[in-house]
Amino acid sequence: MFSPKVNKIINLIIVYSILVLLVLICLFPVYFVFIGSVNPGESLHSSKIFPNPADWNWGHYKSLFIEHDYLNWYKNTLFIATANMVISTAFGVLSGYAFSKFKFKGKRQGLMAIIILQMFPTIMGMIAIYTLLGAFGLLDTHLGYILVLAAGSVAFNTWIVKGFFDGIPNSLQEAARIDGASNSDILIKIMLPLATPIIAFIAFNSFIGASMDFIMAEVILRSSENWTLAQGLFTLVSGQENNNFTVFAAGAVLISIPLMVLFFVFQRYIVEGLTAGAEKG
Amino acid sequence: MSTKSESQLTHEGKSYRKIAAWLSVLFMGLGQIYNKQYIKGALWALFELLVLIFFTNTIARGLWGLFTLGETPQVRERGRVVDPGDHSILLMAEGLLVLLALIAILAIYYVSVKDAYMVGKLREQGQKVMNFKESLRYVWDNGFPYILITPTAVCMILLTVFPLLYTALIAFTNYSSPNYLPPRALVDWVGFEQFARLFTMESWRGTFLGVFSWTIAWAILSTLLVVFAGLFVAVVLSQKVVKYRKFWRNIYIIPWAVPGFVSILIFRNMYNGQFGVINKMLESVGLPAIGWLSDPMWAKVAVLLTNLWLGFPFWMALFTAVLTTISKELYEAAEVDGASVVQQFRKITFPIVMVAAIPLMVFTFAFNFNQLTFIYLMTEGGPVNADYNYAGHTDILLSWIFKMTLDSGQYAISSAVALVVFLIIAGFAYFNLRNTKALKGDV
Repeated sequence: MFSPKVNKIINLIIVYSILVLLVLICLFPVYFVFIGSVNPGESLHSSKIFPNPADWNWGHYKSLFIEHDYLNWYKNTLFIATANMVISTAFGVLSGYAFSKFKFKGKRQGLMAIIILQMFPTIMGMIAIYTLLGAFGLLDTHLGYILVLAAGSVAFNTWIVKGFFDGIPNSLQEAARIDGASNSDILIKIMLPLATPIIAFIAFNSFIGASMDFIMAEVILRSSENWTLAQGLFTLVSGQENNNFTVFAAGAVLISIPLMVLFFVFQRYIVEGLTAGAEKG
Repeated sequence: MSTKSESQLTHEGKSYRKIAAWLSVLFMGLGQIYNKQYIKGALWALFELLVLIFFTNTIARGLWGLFTLGETPQVRERGRVVDPGDHSILLMAEGLLVLLALIAILAIYYVSVKDAYMVGKLREQGQKVMNFKESLRYVWDNGFPYILITPTAVCMILLTVFPLLYTALIAFTNYSSPNYLPPRALVDWVGFEQFARLFTMESWRGTFLGVFSWTIAWAILSTLLVVFAGLFVAVVLSQKVVKYRKFWRNIYIIPWAVPGFVSILIFRNMYNGQFGVINKMLESVGLPAIGWLSDPMWAKVAVLLTNLWLGFPFWMALFTAVLTTISKELYEAAEVDGASVVQQFRKITFPIVMVAAIPLMVFTFAFNFNQLTFIYLMTEGGPVNADYNYAGHTDILLSWIFKMTLDSGQYAISSAVALVVFLIIAGFAYFNLRNTKALKGDV
């Protein structure tokens, strides 16, 4: 119909208009929340999409810290995420290594249990968790919440670490044993250094998972000084009037920037880790 | 220790293993003492003694609580609690914990009997029996993997297995607001009553079927949409005319990098019916405003579109990686044969990328089936459906369970729904396990 050259130009136009449209779709919500955070108004109702840069109002960031408990939520979230990362990574690495490199009774059943249990969301046992934490006085405490989060992520971590160690030949371990290395020597001096990339992945994953969680936090942490960011930001916009939209937007920007930086730093590991984990699962 | 001289003697015709095993059945450690392993035997015996002295009462009370769920109701006079009565739900929790502990103790018992039996067998064969030091060394060497998995196992038994069992038990009681709430009232076992209500009472059955079918539709649609959108973007990016691929790719990955709960809440505001930016845009081009989060149908569309925005970058990244592994010669050969671009896609690209995608799609489907956080943050299950019990139009099974438990205190029936979900997931897990390489080979 057209000459090859015209065809090529049409193709070029179509491809690039799709690309540009996608950029708009991907960036608009990000722009929207940023511009919301500097909007002159207070509520969603009065916020403009293209306010005059001269009118930009940075006061919402200030009110996060003065009128709301933002700093507290931020600290809580960081503390919970870090503690969960340490616990669930350590437990996951130990058990993943055991399941990969040792033969022992109950190994098959244990693995089965882990795969199956990993599919059940923690929330299905929320009544029991509530009762149990209540009985031990851990309701509305960070310790209780961290334990629940860690228990929810150790199965996945174990599974990923096991997959990684399966790829490391057993001869390495046998050679070290012949040289007289003990079990703990082999683990600490040989295996752990080898596993650094996968440990980085599950640590990152546990950190992000804990800082994103909303549902279990809502069950366990009831008083506002114990809240995480997800809970705090949710209450800012969950009402009908959205009176606090601009403040929410400011809070969202402050948490998104560090997490996005972290994401782009770890990007390569994340894609690889997720793919490997799912293929083996 | 005297083991050495003893073990060198052979005793033909005498069944050490049976005697040792039976002695250990009688009381832990007796068999070991009979086998001349005195320290080991004493430790086993001490263990059983401690259990008998300190835990008999606990065990008896725990089992009683689990069976009866308490017998004395709370007594109140003029609004004051006179007799606190039994707290059924705590009794049940204690009972279940005791039951789990009892199983562990029986397992230890079994190990001790088996140990006595094995050592007896060694003696019959005239082999050397290990002394205490050697036994310890043996346990340390062979028990290493058990030591490694203990933290994970304890964590999971207490906070995953126990809660699931507990949920299953509650489904068979009448624990619910307002009439059966401890400590004010006792809870009773009611058998399959909750399930009968769920499947025969019109309002419950209607809610269950409605929520269930939306859950399935949501899980399938949300998975397919993100997969095909990801594939589409990856294919567009792989066109020869595209320059600066890395730049485009990094922009498209941004929705993935933004913390999930933040983007969901942003969308919740963008979709706002009165003031939302999407409706403002629609109005500015002359289209009528849409009740995104208040109209049942549009709320579902909004939820799916938001998930599409959040989910496609992962698939784009995955498919981009897969596409680079397909050899260019395949396409060149196809072009020589006169295949059109569409044919090339259908016959070459699509089959190859799907091989990589299908296991992950199953995974994503299961994930979305349980994607409670997303639904709750986005719509809280709303808009409200007047025909449903405690559920809205966009509620999936898990968010329904969550709301029934947290907001309405319908513990028993929500546990019954959870048990049904449990069975569905178990079926899914079975299907998944059959296709798992890792369990077939080396285990």
